[in-house]
Amino acid sequence: MAEEQNKDLTSQSKSINSIPKTYKNYINGEFPRTESGRYYSVKAQSGKHIANLSLSTKKDIRNAVQAASKAHAFWANKTAYNRGQIIYRIAEILFGRREQFTNEMVLLGYSREAAEEEIHACIELIIYFAGWADKIGQVFGSVNPVASKHFNFSRQEPMGVVGIICPETPSLLGMLGLLMPNMVAGNSQVIVASKQYPLSACTFAEVLATSDVPAGIVNIITGSKSDLIPSISKHMDVNLLVGDTSLDTDFQFTCELESASNMKRVCYWESFISLDELNSRPDETIATCLDSLKDPYHILYVQEVKTTWHPVSE
Amino acid sequence: MSQMKLHDQSDRSTQKSIPIDWSYAEAPENTSHATFLKSYGLFINGSFTNYDESQSFNSINPANGEVLYRCTEASEIDVDIAVKAARASFEGEWGNFSGTQRSHYLYRIARMLQERAREFAVLESMDGGKPIRESRDIDIPLAAAYFFYYAGWADKLPYAFPGKSSKPLGVCAQIIPWNFPLLMLAWKIAPALACGNTVVLKPAETTSLTALKFCELLQDIGLPNGVVNIVTGAGKTGEYLVQHPDIDKIAFTGSTGVGKLIQQSIAKRQISATFELGGKGAFILFDDAALNEAVEGIINAIFFNQGHVCCAGSRLLVQEGVAEKVIDLLKNRMQHLIIGDPLDKNTDIGAVNSKTQLETIQRYVATGIKEGASCYECSGSLPNSGYYFPPTLLTGVSQSSTVVQEEIFGPILTIQTFRTTDEAIEKANNTPYGLANGIWTDKGSKIFYVGSKLKSGVVWSNTYNKFDPTSPFGGYKESGKGREGGISGLHAYVKLVNNGGMN
Repeated sequence: MAEEQNKDLTSQSKSINSIPKTYKNYINGEFPRTESGRYYSVKAQSGKHIANLSLSTKKDIRNAVQAASKAHAFWANKTAYNRGQIIYRIAEILFGRREQFTNEMVLLGYSREAAEEEIHACIELIIYFAGWADKIGQVFGSVNPVASKHFNFSRQEPMGVVGIICPETPSLLGMLGLLMPNMVAGNSQVIVASKQYPLSACTFAEVLATSDVPAGIVNIITGSKSDLIPSISKHMDVNLLVGDTSLDTDFQFTCELESASNMKRVCYWESFISLDELNSRPDETIATCLDSLKDPYHILYVQEVKTTWHPVSE
Repeated sequence: MSQMKLHDQSDRSTQKSIPIDWSYAEAPENTSHATFLKSYGLFINGSFTNYDESQSFNSINPANGEVLYRCTEASEIDVDIAVKAARASFEGEWGNFSGTQRSHYLYRIARMLQERAREFAVLESMDGGKPIRESRDIDIPLAAAYFFYYAGWADKLPYAFPGKSSKPLGVCAQIIPWNFPLLMLAWKIAPALACGNTVVLKPAETTSLTALKFCELLQDIGLPNGVVNIVTGAGKTGEYLVQHPDIDKIAFTGSTGVGKLIQQSIAKRQISATFELGGKGAFILFDDAALNEAVEGIINAIFFNQGHVCCAGSRLLVQEGVAEKVIDLLKNRMQHLIIGDPLDKNTDIGAVNSKTQLETIQRYVATGIKEGASCYECSGSLPNSGYYFPPTLLTGVSQSSTVVQEEIFGPILTIQTFRTTDEAIEKANNTPYGLANGIWTDKGSKIFYVGSKLKSGVVWSNTYNKFDPTSPFGGYKESGKGREGGISGLHAYVKLVNNGGMN
């Protein structure tokens, strides 16, 4: 059904049978409208109006952070094996819905070839990270040979609630590159979608909602970054901010300055894909992006190292 | 390193009916071999700058309140010269050294510290007020151990980061606190140099002496000029250092308040920064624990180094059924703590580091009492001069009490009770900090369960305040960012690049 709906959307059908989707926020496994009651218009490359998106505010961030905090322990306490399987399942669901994404991407200026290429890369990336769930601790954890009678070990643990700031691109890969390491790490997230190109993020919420990801682990908010970034940066229950390296320097400044409120961690990864480059050289562009995003150190950077001294005695 | 030693005088005196005076005779450490100057310049580019009286400040011996020496307050220009020296060295001689060469210098530093350990221990106690037993058995040997550990990493870095190659960051600005002066210097300088960086380090203004003596040692081993630069001074000097445009890395250990200011000040500057900040560690005592041992653990957790420990177990959470007994045992044990001259080998509790810190502690205890806490402190007299505060218990506190939520950095233990394991975990995690917590139980499985739920970088079980160079240390939440020690400690001083062909 979803596919049909999008096909109609793509063909710009004038038929009464075309039922354009209302894109809403995704909080705690539900699709609420923004508490602000305001919206903004997202347009296709052609300039034609596609949809009214939620112009969310501080209140929506608050609700999303609350949901993420509440859900966090449940996700963090899952076994690594289970977390890996749930993440793998996202790839399965995404594969079934790939048309929905390619259609939206084409609407926003992707060539069909580039869009298809990217969705495959997205699936590959999800599977890549799913596999790390039960390996990250083996590669990066340690048993430390302390000079006393203790069994001393260090292991990675989830950091908590992360604020993810998506790059301004129609790309789904850009968002997943920031999201997947955090999911594998056991964090719960509040995602601030791209302002101009929020469709793939919103549609991805449908993938999450129909997969096995527990409610509240991933929350997605649309709206103006100049409203949302300060409020998520200041929020005392957010432990970490992840953005991409192309994030506007003023926004980077806000993130870093406000993160001091509770000593949030801040990191930026290269997950921006230029549409022009993508359309002219899809293979190469996707391969380069995938190469930089497939980095287990990204999981490491969003986890805390905990060291335990366990007694050894007769 | 080791737990505080047991004084078994109480047991013996109760067994015998004849009154015997078991009090300890004075056992002062000889200080004649520990020499130092009356005034110090800054250590920049391999030599000391000229001391200038007009730009100097006193360092007080907190045990008697007298001036010990004077050192130089580094100005903005001084800091600039130090950073330039570090930069030149990074881009020159030191930067061109192989890992093997760096490794050999670090091993020499470790060895020299071991050889001169007693001298450094005496100076550390004179300058900072900590008992000689601690500086002799913990601070200095551990400082040497950190150099020894990281010396070995300098030529093995390709094995530390699977799939990546490491490059040094450049010039590291390092700011350390006054509670473990030489040890903190070792935590900062050893990994930085192992990874190929150069440093400008600022010791705390009340404890510069061992850092300055350390420079003599560097001259003796012939460490190339500019690799390590020491600028003494207070907050203003720290500010000049942090704000210097040509640094690549900030490593700060100190209060959460100052940590936040530094974080704000480096926004948009793309500087790598690691922070070791405050803490409010919980010591969770379950009713199945060996209580006498646990009481020794509590003494060590909170009264070690006068409670001037960021990871101190400053909140006792004791299971309800044994609370009364534990508090009795604890009060009894506290009466046998020896408080006084830091240079006496029998001293358990030395001097509070400074007058300012003493006032902070007094203020917090007053606040605690005002908010309804009952206060129990060690009886007995304190020395007439110098800065001292008796080990103190605060009972009748709640989770929201100021003394439960805020770091005091003194010998003050708050006591709360709990019924269930989950209640203990909830209370332990309910502060803005997350540096360290302790669990005391006889049940190994409980250690793993509780340990996995505690939001802190370190979990000590049936022990507390243990440190080791191989063991990463650092905090969750507002207790900091990054780790020091172990392989994790190397991450703080490198940038990583892909080896390629990984996927």
